[in-house]
Amino acid sequence: MQNKDMREEEMIDLKKLYDAILNGDAKTSVAVTRQAIEAKCDPSEVINGTMIPAMAEVGRLYEDEEYFVPEMLLSARAMKGALELLRPLLLNAGGKPTGRVIIGTVQGDLHDIGKNLVISMLEGAGFDVTDLGIDVAPETFIAAIRERQPHIVGMSALLTVTMPAIKTTIDAILAAGVRDQVKIMIGGAPVTKEYAKEVGADGYSVNASVAVSVAKRMLNIGIA
Amino acid sequence: MPLAITSLDDFICGHSPRPVSCGHGLEIGAGTVIPEINFTLPAMEISEATWPEIRKIYESLIEDICKRSVDLEVPGVLVEFETLPAMTNRPRWGLEIVEILATALRHYHDKYGLKGALRFTPNDIRDYMAPSRMRSGPYFDAMITAFEGAAAAGADILSIESTGGKEVCDEAVRYGNLREMVFGLSILAARDMHFLWTRIVETCRRTGIVAGGDAACAFGNTAMVLADQRFIPKVFAALVRVATVPRSLVAYQVGATGPSKDCSYEGPYLKAMTGIPIAMEGRASACAHLTHVGNIVQAVCDTWSNESVQYVRLLSAYAPTVSMEHLAYDCRMMNVAGRTHAGAVQLRDWAVDSDAGLDPQAWVLRPDVALRISARIIEERTPYLQTRAAAFWAAQELSDAIHGGLVKVNDRESRWLDKLMKNIDQLPDDENELISEMLASPLASKFIPEEYGIKV
Repeated sequence: MQNKDMREEEMIDLKKLYDAILNGDAKTSVAVTRQAIEAKCDPSEVINGTMIPAMAEVGRLYEDEEYFVPEMLLSARAMKGALELLRPLLLNAGGKPTGRVIIGTVQGDLHDIGKNLVISMLEGAGFDVTDLGIDVAPETFIAAIRERQPHIVGMSALLTVTMPAIKTTIDAILAAGVRDQVKIMIGGAPVTKEYAKEVGADGYSVNASVAVSVAKRMLNIGIA
Repeated sequence: MPLAITSLDDFICGHSPRPVSCGHGLEIGAGTVIPEINFTLPAMEISEATWPEIRKIYESLIEDICKRSVDLEVPGVLVEFETLPAMTNRPRWGLEIVEILATALRHYHDKYGLKGALRFTPNDIRDYMAPSRMRSGPYFDAMITAFEGAAAAGADILSIESTGGKEVCDEAVRYGNLREMVFGLSILAARDMHFLWTRIVETCRRTGIVAGGDAACAFGNTAMVLADQRFIPKVFAALVRVATVPRSLVAYQVGATGPSKDCSYEGPYLKAMTGIPIAMEGRASACAHLTHVGNIVQAVCDTWSNESVQYVRLLSAYAPTVSMEHLAYDCRMMNVAGRTHAGAVQLRDWAVDSDAGLDPQAWVLRPDVALRISARIIEERTPYLQTRAAAFWAAQELSDAIHGGLVKVNDRESRWLDKLMKNIDQLPDDENELISEMLASPLASKFIPEEYGIKV
């Protein structure tokens, strides 16, 4: 049986999956992943042996200024589509928990393009992200912490007059007794590393492209 | 519709074919460049508890601005008050600040003869809801209350940076998707502009104030800022900039008269097409955001703005006063150059030449390029066809300039321009084809078609 599975697995060209992620081709990445599942390929092997190296190459191309964010997001979308198929199989097989993130623009602020960039990049890196949207009240963050049990809470603000709502939200999370359950990462145009320290956040990302490494460093866990 | 400005010789700063008079003896576009000052609060919460302090901040900063304006003998000053979301959501707050600012401007006019006017710009809060409700609901009502109360509170000009279509364009800019961007700008944003500005123009006519204009900030400037961070290609941001022109043009087609908004970098195109005076922001707006077009945007401006500056203390004075001084000296230089036509043209060309070859976003703001593309845009009948033409001709201009060695871009930018030109060629002739395609795509979950007058 094992030999038969191995033969089927060998027939699946995972290089196509690698290339599909690299080229941001979600349709192909999903199609090849379906074939891999049907052929009973080991999901961990597909992820660790093909998908994560593909995204690592995407990251390298971005760092080397070969790719812009749109290419990276298309790759992330291709990765996400494949991951959604594999994740249930991983959990059934007792795989490692995925990093869960809830994220929102704080109360009073409507700006979300930076937050949405962070979401796309985190999802592309394998995080399970729940978007709480814009103008998110502290009590909504707290309810989502209780319901979703995230590892990370992300908050963003663009305006100087809404930035204080980050502190208000962190204080509310503390008062609600759920602060110890989560790491808090903040960002946004007026936010600084110093401000992050001042308000008691665990991490700060200067922009969307470094948010993934900050999140991984904060959790110190493997993704997917 | 013919271009209002057809000759490059007539395309200079401080002069527009349709100048605007407003406020206390202020004339915009009538031969003098006017400083336009904007400001915002420092990091603080806006609440009932902090409101008295906020009022004092605005009282203090407008006093300092007016005093410095008098001391530097500016030819006039346009003050812009752009509300923060809480001040639109609770319009009474926004209108209270309008009263404070208007009172100071009146006092300085009466006592010192300072020519001045107040531009009131409620921010668009309709996207508090997702998907946005564009034509009804509490957020729309709050905005309308702010517009309706503006004249009585002392405002002289109404403007807005409306966000219709942003639901789609945000996604399009992140993914560098020109097809979706054209849909968002030409179908959604243009329809929302028509709806909103018909109402604003009616309010202004009824209450006796000026219907200024609307910036495509949520689109063009989002792309510009992301390009500045090297997140998206500069050539994409440049095409988006020109593609916003037909959307912003709608305000003037339904009766707005200018001055356009400062962050409306599409201003030179609007001035060429309609003859309205335009506000521009460049190097003096580095206090708000960085830019690669800091000088070229001065070329044909009629007011010169700092975009926004926080009320924080610097060595010399509070930052709004410092900004006022920057603007005053910039305008002084422009107005001295403008004493002769040759001087105005010389300064314009220096401003253009200092930026144009360094960034594709600057190239598309060249006055000659703006005139050529504007002529192509107005040949088309609908906002969709105009937007398609804007993107097409901007891409052609950029391609010619890059191949001619006139604009510096790297290989990946060149590859993107090639890809974008193919995307433009694939846009359909019939906008209904694009609408049907988008309504059938996942993008349709991001907006409510009926809110844009699209029947499903």
